[in-house]
Amino acid sequence: MIAVTDVPSGFAVRRGGRTSAWAALGSTAVVAVLAYLPYAVTTSVTGTIVTFLELLAMASMWNLLAGYAGLVSVGQQAYVGLGAYAVLQLSDWGVPPYLGVFLAGLVCAVIALPTSLLAFRLRGDYFAVGTWVIAEVYHLVMTRDAALGGGSGRALTTLSDLDPVVRQAFTYWVALAVCVLSVLGCYLLLRGRLGLALTAVRDNEVAASGAGVSVGWAKRVVYLVAAAGCGAAGGVILVSQLNVAPDSIFSVQYTAYMIFIVVVGGIGTLEGPILGAVVFIVIQQLFAGAGVWYLILLGGLAVIVAIRLPHGIWGTFSRRFGLRLFNVGYTVRGPRSPDPG
Amino acid sequence: MIWVNAIVQGLLLGGLYALFACGLSLMFGVMRIVNLAHGDMAVLAAFLVYSIIITTPIGVLGATLIVLPLFAVFGYLVQTGILSPALRTGPLSTLLATFGLSIVIQNALQQGYSADTRALDVGSLVSASLHITGQLSVAYLSLITFGLAIVVLVALQLFLSRTGTGRIMRATADDPEAATLSGANPRHVYGIATAIAFATVALAGLMFAMQSSFSPSIGPTRLIFAFEAVVIGGLGSLWGTLVGGMVLGLAQTIGAQVDPAFTLLAGHLIFLAVLAFRPQGLIAARRTA
Amino acid sequence: MNLLVVDQLTVRHGQLTAVNAVSLDVADGTTLAVIGANGAGKTTLLRAIAGTIMPAGGTVTYDGQNVTRVPAHRLAANGIRLVPEGRRLFPSLTVEENLLAGAYRRNVNSVIELFPWIGQRRRQSARSLSGGEQQAVAIGRALMGNPRLLLLDEISLGLSPVAVQGLYAALPDIRAAGTTVLLVEQDVSQALRVADRVLCLLEGRPVLTGSPAELTPEAIETAYFGLTRRAS
Repeated sequence: MIAVTDVPSGFAVRRGGRTSAWAALGSTAVVAVLAYLPYAVTTSVTGTIVTFLELLAMASMWNLLAGYAGLVSVGQQAYVGLGAYAVLQLSDWGVPPYLGVFLAGLVCAVIALPTSLLAFRLRGDYFAVGTWVIAEVYHLVMTRDAALGGGSGRALTTLSDLDPVVRQAFTYWVALAVCVLSVLGCYLLLRGRLGLALTAVRDNEVAASGAGVSVGWAKRVVYLVAAAGCGAAGGVILVSQLNVAPDSIFSVQYTAYMIFIVVVGGIGTLEGPILGAVVFIVIQQLFAGAGVWYLILLGGLAVIVAIRLPHGIWGTFSRRFGLRLFNVGYTVRGPRSPDPG
Repeated sequence: MIWVNAIVQGLLLGGLYALFACGLSLMFGVMRIVNLAHGDMAVLAAFLVYSIIITTPIGVLGATLIVLPLFAVFGYLVQTGILSPALRTGPLSTLLATFGLSIVIQNALQQGYSADTRALDVGSLVSASLHITGQLSVAYLSLITFGLAIVVLVALQLFLSRTGTGRIMRATADDPEAATLSGANPRHVYGIATAIAFATVALAGLMFAMQSSFSPSIGPTRLIFAFEAVVIGGLGSLWGTLVGGMVLGLAQTIGAQVDPAFTLLAGHLIFLAVLAFRPQGLIAARRTA
Repeated sequence: MNLLVVDQLTVRHGQLTAVNAVSLDVADGTTLAVIGANGAGKTTLLRAIAGTIMPAGGTVTYDGQNVTRVPAHRLAANGIRLVPEGRRLFPSLTVEENLLAGAYRRNVNSVIELFPWIGQRRRQSARSLSGGEQQAVAIGRALMGNPRLLLLDEISLGLSPVAVQGLYAALPDIRAAGTTVLLVEQDVSQALRVADRVLCLLEGRPVLTGSPAELTPEAIETAYFGLTRRAS
């Protein structure tokens, strides 16, 4: 039996190289700068960044589902909504909302388990619409919960005794924490056995199953993690908006944003959603005054990218130049091959 | 007696849902594409007819006769221009392309017509009903819709089983590459399938718009109903779509009798129940989808 | 006159060159058999000629026209029909429907003349046929298109000797109708029995060509397996 370490001389099997080391350093620096921002800039800037962080967290989750596990969900808004309502309910029971955000992630993971039993009965594109129906069911169920505001929603009041600037700062840091955890979580998850299993499943599900990969387990874990991430993001949305209404928090618009960010940025890569989220925020800031035209632009861009640029901006770039900042795979370096990063 | 009324309404509603669903079922059966803009097409058709009616002396019937062939052509163009390239690009691309299309259509409609609800004026036909007994009456529009659904399904069945093009379509659905070896141009075949799908969903949208009010944002809900009808009935079965539609309609009308707020949820719950206990649908298809 | 001329055809499968600068010609009305071991590139060659795959280099000339980059469905409408490896009948269609799909005539009598058993079983689902029967229907399906050039890909694969005999028994009638045949066959003796000329491929390259009369068994064996004999 050949162990991974038994490699012919002159060759090396590596996890990362110089580029990914620099990328790790760079990312830490960026996060440190972001963490410092509430002391340096106005709340409108941090407010925009909070939106960016929410979207990036959700998009990373959608990327994990669709890009790595092959599960295209058009129903992640279910967990965004459930997460927001979980924070609301927990705060009614005395749990501080900032803690509630993280607990909401857990709650959503728990709800996702029985949900997955139903959802996984459908495959491919039918799975996609099935998740949408499930999201609608949760939407309708929450509309009937009078204690949590019923159809018109409710406000989160337990933070109102905080100074607004302080509150926005705490919201910002929680958003940053959720986002970093989401992206970092994906990275760590994919570097491990799960990542290997998912790559095998993505390449050939039947073969992977025959090789002993528990396909169902791998997909379910990803589904639960994605639910947790979206749930936490939903909690952040509540904490940042201070109120929630079922029609908006369960809106399929969130999934639309996730899809756009991942598709344009680059599906199946960790860097893609980051780039995509930046592009999205830039477009939003530039065109927000144009009303529905900006949504039409987004939709049209999604169609064009789907046909012409299937690997997204980062994906196309990365394939051209063989560049990977956050390496989740192994690379083989021969004596004469260049550093893959 | 109100329960009998609810049951009859539910069954007839199934006809409308079958009309919505048969195009979705066809596109998936032939091309393995789920058109996320399916419902929005229906709404687009309704708005087009609405515009024609209020700006020209052409009536509803005339407008329908204009819009349906137009949608067939539109479907062919969408297939060859967007969906076929997307099919070649990758498995995710068609889903993303149709999702993008859905967003574009909804927001373009909103831009052009505002978010207000409209209705298609068919005069006295809206409220005219057939009185069967003292307490049971059935709206003519519901009967006509159901009748149209049957006609469309029969026509589709005959098309697929008796005509050369239908045969080629079934062959392409089975094995696209082997079909090309027999001379079938897959792009053309897919174009025809999409044309049929768009025309039928346009008809569904018009029949719906005659009975209820509509607005730019109701497309996704129509898609979900169509999808639920297909899954409940059974993937790959054309008549299963009618059965699925009727079961869905029944669930909704009976749910509405229990509590009007329960209408939609009842339908979704039946869908989930079928998914949980009989995922292959009520009518198992002859072949796997 | 050469109905088909292939010149320096190269076809890639990802990073593998499956067909490497293969040239051949088939005279009108004759039968060329392409033999070779598994993976020699025979099926890829046939698919490239039929228009299912696009070659990376070289040309295919059919009836004087350059058809190298013409897609399969256009070639099928113009007289080139491929009977693909593995039969690939349409499972949800009946025998008769399989034959009629893509045919120009509305009746299947010509195919029933070749394979009489089809007459009784035309309404049967294609799925329920045996391997040999499916192969016969697949050949019939191609013939319904009135091909001038019939490409047969490994029709004996997975079939019993009796079934193979039955299929090849139909070949003389097909040739008598003037059809040019290019067949790929792993069973060398069968190929030698029916072909006017033979081409042997090894790892995508042509290594031997000639008529069955000219070629000795040793020459074929050497070419087929790529053996080099030491001078004794």
